[in-house]
Amino acid sequence: MSAENQQPESLVQIRDLYKKFNISGDFLDQLKFKGGKIVREQEYVHAINGVNLDVHKGEALCVVGESGCGKSTVARTVMGLLTPSKGNISYRGERIDNLEDKALMPYRKKMQMIFQNPYASLNPRMTIGQTLMEPVKLHNPTWTPTEIRDKVHEVMFSVGIDPSWGERFAHEFSGGQRQRISIARALAVDPEFIVADEPISALDVSIQAQVLNLMMDAQEKRDLTYLFITHDLSVVEHFGTRVAVMYLGSLCELAPTKSLFAAPRHPYTQALLSAIPRLEDDRPSHIKLQGEVPTPVNLPSGCVFHGRCPHANDRCKQEIPMLIATDDGGQVACHGVEEGRL
Amino acid sequence: MALLEVKNLEVSFGLRSGAVKALRNISFSLERGERLGLVGESGAGKSVLGFSILNLISKPGRISGGEIWFDGKNLADLSAKELRDVRGNRISMIFQDPMMTLNPVLTIGQQMIECLKAHRKISTEDARTIAIQKLKQVYIPSPETRIDQYPHELSGGMRQRIVIAIGLLMDPDIIIADEPTTALDVTIQAEIMELMVELCDRNNVALILITHDLGVVSQVTQKAIVMYAGRIIEQGPTKEIINDAQHPYTQGLMNALPQMAIPGQRLNQIRGAMPPLQRIPVGCAFNPRCDYVMDLCTKQLPGYTASGNCKVACHMVADMKRKAEQSTDEV
Repeated sequence: MSAENQQPESLVQIRDLYKKFNISGDFLDQLKFKGGKIVREQEYVHAINGVNLDVHKGEALCVVGESGCGKSTVARTVMGLLTPSKGNISYRGERIDNLEDKALMPYRKKMQMIFQNPYASLNPRMTIGQTLMEPVKLHNPTWTPTEIRDKVHEVMFSVGIDPSWGERFAHEFSGGQRQRISIARALAVDPEFIVADEPISALDVSIQAQVLNLMMDAQEKRDLTYLFITHDLSVVEHFGTRVAVMYLGSLCELAPTKSLFAAPRHPYTQALLSAIPRLEDDRPSHIKLQGEVPTPVNLPSGCVFHGRCPHANDRCKQEIPMLIATDDGGQVACHGVEEGRL
Repeated sequence: MALLEVKNLEVSFGLRSGAVKALRNISFSLERGERLGLVGESGAGKSVLGFSILNLISKPGRISGGEIWFDGKNLADLSAKELRDVRGNRISMIFQDPMMTLNPVLTIGQQMIECLKAHRKISTEDARTIAIQKLKQVYIPSPETRIDQYPHELSGGMRQRIVIAIGLLMDPDIIIADEPTTALDVTIQAEIMELMVELCDRNNVALILITHDLGVVSQVTQKAIVMYAGRIIEQGPTKEIINDAQHPYTQGLMNALPQMAIPGQRLNQIRGAMPPLQRIPVGCAFNPRCDYVMDLCTKQLPGYTASGNCKVACHMVADMKRKAEQSTDEV
């Protein structure tokens, strides 16, 4: 890396993060009869396996991957909605994953989340005004009602929702408008960092563009940092500063958006990019992967991708690849790239 | 004669507040082996159109006008018994979510054999042989064992391939696929789409692909129909529509795709949202969102103008066409 490249300030640090979910049911379900003895057996879904990730200040870091790869779990763990099984999460250098609710409050004000489905994430029994006022009141207990109302009007205005609609309920709005309201709710407490979990997947194409534009405007005006979770690669290409590609709970590639799309290094990233339906070319010419994503209950040994990788060898089957730096400023976890085979 | 010909189809839903027209004045035709894409946003009426071809509209909806000609018969007029002969037999349908369309308490084999026996006089053994052969066609590994498994034992992509195999069972003339890959991941989507194109080509089956994804339409189909608020606003060869869209809505839809914008710049958005069917504006339904709106657009419903091989419902396109013709006349 060249000397004038300054080390960017990292806002959120994820270190060696593991998250597993117990799926073995209650105590009696766990008892199994084996070899003449009763043993207790527990099964886990290994959703995240050793993820290291830094979110730099002012960037839009996109996490992509197919369903079940753990991208939403990463988002929820960062927000403190899930507790990590191992590893830690820091915000501006302060560890936040082990804090109690009360100690977490100041961080909750700085970190907000936008959810995928605007039909489910807004309370149907509250008016939009009430929905937006609640976080402002909670995080600014000393504010007067007038100050609170002004703040709510300001955010409603900034997302293009007429403040006079505050008396209406969520069901009176269309999907795109509801997602704007969700964004307004996140912006209402003046956060620094927003986690957006598939914020546009439930919307139509023409509405997607409106919401994406709104998010980009907000980033510019309010100096926001995004952690953007999505499965839609064409959105990533447009929106992301850097991209993290996940597969089965592991990070396989992390790179600046431009270099990732120009020259993907990891075989999985290559397959994923080739599968985007494009307007330009006539025939689909994607890289075919063999088989399906394995279950995260019994993780494959070695590289999690080896069963579907066309370039896998014996080392891939045994040894878990570490992230190594590439010359274009990215990181990739692949033995093939490390050995120069790919 | 075309394999399927839809003429002035109209579908309305009787609601408490009065009848609402979900489809208005729909006309198109489909040739044998042709692949047609139906594009539009949610609420445009593309799924209703797919369902109405098989007369599957359930109450309070009904086909309130027009004709659907298939094989010399008007499907809109057939009795329930006659329709049963067409549905799943000559025209089959593939739905969005494979988990919802497969019966969870029956094995794959039972469901396929049931379908075969419903349409043909055939022994269970023969039906099983055909079923296994169809599973092979959709590249299910070891179909002989898979056929006795239940849907929950298979992955999403595998399930959708089973649904396609069921759709192919009776060697239909037309497959209607309603968002067949929306519930699947991109890598699986690419695989399923490639499979469908291959199968349609090999068996000379016509495909009606209902989707909101313009990328998929451009890769899979030869002809495309763009719908807005229950009406066809543009139809023609897919290539022409993708490369040279005439209707401002189609243009807007295309330009709104992130791949059409410079990374980091604002996307080109269409303002507003599609109107609910109860409140479709007078004149062109798109006029409140259109950048090129003229006086005429708010008064009169645009007719279809031929432009190249496409048909477009837009006053502006008609206007430009008229002017171009006048200028050539003067020369």
